[in-house]
Amino acid sequence: MRLLFSICLIGALATATHAAEPASDPLRSPLWSGMRQRMLGSDPVVFDARVQLRMPASAENPLAVPVEVRFDGLAGAERVLVFADLNPIPKILDYRPGTAGGALAFRFKVEQSTPVRAAVRTRDGVWHVGGAWLTAAGGGCTMPSQASGNPAWQERLGEVSARLWPRSDGASRLRLRVIHPMDTGLAGGIPVFHVEGLALHDAGGRELASLQLYEPVAENPVLSLDLRHRGVLRIEGRDTQGNRIHAEVAP
Amino acid sequence: MTSWAVPWMALLVALGATARDFPQPQRVADGVYVLEGAREHFSRANGGDIANTGFIATPAGAVVIDTGASLRYGQAQRAAVRATTGRDAVQVYITHAHPDHFLGNQAYADVPVQALRSTAERIARDGDTLAQNLFLLVGSAMAGTVVRPPTALAAPVLPKGGVSQPPTVVAFGGRRLQLIALQGHSAADLAVFDEATGTLFAGDLVFFERAPTTPDADIAPWLAALDRLAQLPVRVLVPGHGPVVRGPEAIAQTRDYLLWVQSALHEAAARGLDMNEAMQLQAPERLRRLAVLQAEWQRTVVHLYPAAEQGSLPRAAAAR
Repeated sequence: MRLLFSICLIGALATATHAAEPASDPLRSPLWSGMRQRMLGSDPVVFDARVQLRMPASAENPLAVPVEVRFDGLAGAERVLVFADLNPIPKILDYRPGTAGGALAFRFKVEQSTPVRAAVRTRDGVWHVGGAWLTAAGGGCTMPSQASGNPAWQERLGEVSARLWPRSDGASRLRLRVIHPMDTGLAGGIPVFHVEGLALHDAGGRELASLQLYEPVAENPVLSLDLRHRGVLRIEGRDTQGNRIHAEVAP
Repeated sequence: MTSWAVPWMALLVALGATARDFPQPQRVADGVYVLEGAREHFSRANGGDIANTGFIATPAGAVVIDTGASLRYGQAQRAAVRATTGRDAVQVYITHAHPDHFLGNQAYADVPVQALRSTAERIARDGDTLAQNLFLLVGSAMAGTVVRPPTALAAPVLPKGGVSQPPTVVAFGGRRLQLIALQGHSAADLAVFDEATGTLFAGDLVFFERAPTTPDADIAPWLAALDRLAQLPVRVLVPGHGPVVRGPEAIAQTRDYLLWVQSALHEAAARGLDMNEAMQLQAPERLRRLAVLQAEWQRTVVHLYPAAEQGSLPRAAAAR
């Protein structure tokens, strides 16, 4: 009984300490404080259940772990940063939902078990962070891309496949796939080479949303984006060697 | 067992501190024995012993089908062969190149261990990687396990143009076995049919009451392989995972599951779902009793959705 009481007392003290420092990491990552500084700077940070990051608990394929980020309940989202604390290249994707962007999903390469985070910055400058642990046997970032072993991909480099599905309330789901090796530079003898930026414009040329992709995004990236928009979309982008990516998709 | 031992054993199992007991050989037909694996995914608690293996007693010695996931398993299996049949093993066949089926080969260093040509090549090429990945999942149960690739059978050969090729008949002390080369669960799947008892060792082409695995699956040839197996005069069917059956129910259930997977992947892609959304889909009521269903479906989405979604994303026109 005395032991139980002692445990309760320690628990109460621990709770009090946490209350004084609200940004204590719910995923208990060993690198959180450094990662927070590096990714989010000195801006205020809250862990927020309205930022939902969904993925399987373990990486069946370390070359393509599917991640979905939703932040529907959060008003004024202007930037979404996705990163994995323990990946050799932590930053995966930087998404600016602009006037029309909502949830997004994609796949990424993982090197070892790691927390995966989505940090959503709202207009008031606060980062709202959600995330989950991913268990992985590893090797995703340091394995060569399939394309690096097959010269045929060069003919299709930058090729876009895409489709729009109408959703309720004037919204759309865009799914798009770009042929690209997304080489991380970490596999022996293969230099870094990846899609860098993608932007979505409406028929009138107005930008609806944009993304920066980093090395960990999976080969031949497949993106799903929920947009508050109906109608023709223009996709504009480039890779790290300046190759242009451009396509048009109609509902 | 004394009464005080039971809670202690339960505790050890709960802690995952010990591998489960080696399965006892079940006699399923005259001279035919099966060692049934746990209907689970790999874990430290099951030590990787999730696949069914078996052996057939012949006047020349025992023919072993698959050797389990570790040196420890292979050694215990060979001891069970001797204890049960009174003879040693004379031949080992490996059904396919998945690590729960061939990593006990080391215990048969002095016995011919054979597999279909592409199975032998895949194990020689990727066996170490498969073994390392399994080690991370099951741990110490694999201590001392080293990959020993099988040698390639000259025949039978894999289906050509989707048409299965004639089986090869081998005989041990007059007991005739048909070796049937198929594919679909993996790139090469060997089935072994004992003519005397009508016992079919189907390898992982057939699962029962446990959701099929798909890391190397191609569903169309898999369905064709099931059609081929259904033509055999089977009296006892040993699936790769799950209980032994005496009727058509295991082939029928595997076919039912694969047809659902095929249509669910296609419909999810046609609706524009992303992978995590597809993973939430539920199988029809009749399939929900399959062990590890939702976990295997999630893994299947990772394996097979990229191909399914390609068909739903047309090439976009280049913008002006």
